[in-house]
Amino acid sequence: MKKIANILILIISILLIQNHSFSAETHKFLKTEWTFKGLFGKYDRASLQRGYQVYTEVCAACHSMQYLSYRNLAEPGGPEFSEQEVKVIAASFEVLDGPNSDGEMFMRPAKLSDKFVMPYDNVEASKAANGGAYPPDMSVLAKARKGGADYIYSLLLGYDDPPADIKLDDGVYYNKYMYGNKIKMSAPLSDDLIEYSDGTKATKEQMAKDITTFLMWSAEPHLETRHKTGFRVIVYLIILSILVYFTMKKIWSRVETKV
Amino acid sequence: MSDKKPKNRRDFIFTATAAAGAVGVGAAVWPLVDQMNPDASVKALASTEVDISSVKPGQSITVVWRGKPVFIKRRTKEEIDKARSVSLDQLKHPEKDEDRVKNPEWLVMLGICTHLGCVPLSDKGEYDGWFCPCHGSHYDTSGRIRKGPAPINMEIPEYVFLNESTIKIG
Amino acid sequence: MSDNNYTPNSKIGKWFNDRLPLLTLANHLTDYPTPKNLNYWWTFGGILTFCLITQIITGLVLAMHYIADTKLAFASVEHIMRDVNYGWLIRYVHANGASMFFLAVYIHIFRSLFYGSYKSPREIIWILGIIIYLLMMAAAFMGYVLPWGQMSYWGATVITNLFSAIPFIGEGITTWLWGGYSVDNPTLTRFYALHYLIPFLILGLVVLHIWALHVPGNNNPAGIEIKKPSNDTVPFHPYIVVKDAFALLLFLIVFAFFVFYTPNILGHADNYIEANPLVTPAHIVPEWYLLPFYAILRSVPDKLMGVIAMFSAILILAALPWLDTSKVRSAIFRPLYKQFYWILVIDVLILGYVGAMPAEGLYLLIARIATAYYFIHFLIILPVLGLTEKTNPIPLSISEPVLAGSAMATKSLEKDKIENNLKSLG
Repeated sequence: MKKIANILILIISILLIQNHSFSAETHKFLKTEWTFKGLFGKYDRASLQRGYQVYTEVCAACHSMQYLSYRNLAEPGGPEFSEQEVKVIAASFEVLDGPNSDGEMFMRPAKLSDKFVMPYDNVEASKAANGGAYPPDMSVLAKARKGGADYIYSLLLGYDDPPADIKLDDGVYYNKYMYGNKIKMSAPLSDDLIEYSDGTKATKEQMAKDITTFLMWSAEPHLETRHKTGFRVIVYLIILSILVYFTMKKIWSRVETKV
Repeated sequence: MSDKKPKNRRDFIFTATAAAGAVGVGAAVWPLVDQMNPDASVKALASTEVDISSVKPGQSITVVWRGKPVFIKRRTKEEIDKARSVSLDQLKHPEKDEDRVKNPEWLVMLGICTHLGCVPLSDKGEYDGWFCPCHGSHYDTSGRIRKGPAPINMEIPEYVFLNESTIKIG
Repeated sequence: MSDNNYTPNSKIGKWFNDRLPLLTLANHLTDYPTPKNLNYWWTFGGILTFCLITQIITGLVLAMHYIADTKLAFASVEHIMRDVNYGWLIRYVHANGASMFFLAVYIHIFRSLFYGSYKSPREIIWILGIIIYLLMMAAAFMGYVLPWGQMSYWGATVITNLFSAIPFIGEGITTWLWGGYSVDNPTLTRFYALHYLIPFLILGLVVLHIWALHVPGNNNPAGIEIKKPSNDTVPFHPYIVVKDAFALLLFLIVFAFFVFYTPNILGHADNYIEANPLVTPAHIVPEWYLLPFYAILRSVPDKLMGVIAMFSAILILAALPWLDTSKVRSAIFRPLYKQFYWILVIDVLILGYVGAMPAEGLYLLIARIATAYYFIHFLIILPVLGLTEKTNPIPLSISEPVLAGSAMATKSLEKDKIENNLKSLG
């Protein structure tokens, strides 16, 4: 058994060294408590719902979320709005459909099965409207940035006056956590920018936390099931390992060699 | 390698291990099977709303629901009468027309021949309903099988009239 | 092998077996005499078989949902992750499975290096193993291209550009590989086709690998030839089967931890950004299992020489049975080789580490020293060591260690040494 322990330790340490080498140059991100971290991590529903509000009222003017559908908002493990609420949300957007029997495209209110309406028709249009910078699609953003949720949270709160030695062009802003410290998005959040429908006070930090939680969910919509299944699988594997261990001992007791 | 010890404990540990292993294999196989079932985006399309305001008496439209054609026929008075005058013992699959429609004027049914899945042609066949060109099944104005190899009447999907001009299928 | 005389008990079995001797094969596999002192490092062969099967099955399932088209590939992967029933699980098992596969194969290879399993008469097993390893790298590389993220695209660009280093025909070869003038749709579709094919080639080679293994039988920690079957062996089933199963379960716990709790930690964040031919990510890093070779590539300042060095680093392994001149297999009885072995292990880990770091300053210097040492180990140290090293006495059999080298056993000092050695055999 000592040998096995050694092997396991070796495997884990090799992998940790590798991980370390990937994350060697991470910056110190702002710290906040995430409910979705850890073995039993779950999303905070209220935070997700507020996060969706921040998305629609603040981000959606420039950032698309092309892989999300309205139905996702009602699905288990997400913001879990009621189906009725989501129908109302969806119906407040217009989507292009068609052609109809006259061969014409037409606009209609969105349905549950429709994808989130995009702010721009294509990447070029979004660039043209934003001074040449493409506001990235946010569906998987939380997985597409090193540091994930911590990075996004820090970035949203990381706007600051530039140090004296950095000169910024028009439409470029200083951000402590952005790669190269220059960002083309102006500080998106300010206190009381929006009014939360659940009455929570809309501080910068609160909004940053809510939208980050929402983005984490949109990147990993099955995180809760994953954590739950993972726990069961690992408990099962441990039990089976113990059973197989005793079976093995029993079988090998017929020869005098130790296992 | 002779093993003359009492078998109870040995048998128990072997059986328990094998059973636990089998459970695990079964649990691991399920995701591999279930992934072929309709996914979340397909299920989300499970209902379709249809605007029927422009359909005139005698006309029929075909809409797609779950990838299958659905016939929505606005029947004339004659066609309704014809469907209702047939006595049940003449039918291969006895069903009253009244049970096949929610509003006598509107017949909503899956446009799929119950024989082998072809799409029948409308206003054809010996009973002025539908005729399947694949193997010659004749359906009447209520979509009931009257002649040919198809075993049962054309299927009625779940649907509701949301208002006078909209039907929700599924 | 004695199982040539096997006759099934039942009449039907006999009838069938006379026509297709599958039962003889099954009997051979269950009775296959295996050294009884194999330690847990020997369980990775079974673990690797499991990894291969897992990759094939999950890959087959993913292929049912994936679309190999530059416009749709990224979206189809998101579709798998979001909508397909258990799609997230199957994809994470496949993606992390690749890492687990390489983890296991590296342990398997280094076990071989330690116990001299590549030596006569097992050279063909070893060379088949090297070919499998090469194919694994090709499959992993092409698989990484399929999600069509930024790392997919730029990884494909960088790796295919390696071939452009070949004089005269290099440019032609890259254009041919791409099916265009850059990595694009034709590249993606052919990589998909090949990614689907290669695992089956690997499967075929694995059969040959095991076949070749069953001719001389397993090496063992003592590295001595043993009589089979004898007191020194146990039948493969149930002894080795249950032991392999136990080791596999422990391996699965590690595997499950990655899949369920840190599924993306071994990947790269940039691969969740859809491929963009106009923007290269700030940091291009291959998957962790290719990092040592990547470090070797970058440590050579010349383009062609770098590529040659990288491929030589792998191909040199194929010559290993002849580069290692020692008659003694197991490092347990080779006190000097044992030390050089561990230096090599550290050297490769260092190469892996600097492979993930920017190629500049101190990192580059370390990479160069480590690369040089890698080649020195195989080309100079091993041949010289085999001829000059004074090895410890070897036991005659596994079961009767005390009689080992009885002439020397009279010296109590030597005897202690043997006992210590045998203890470390487990």
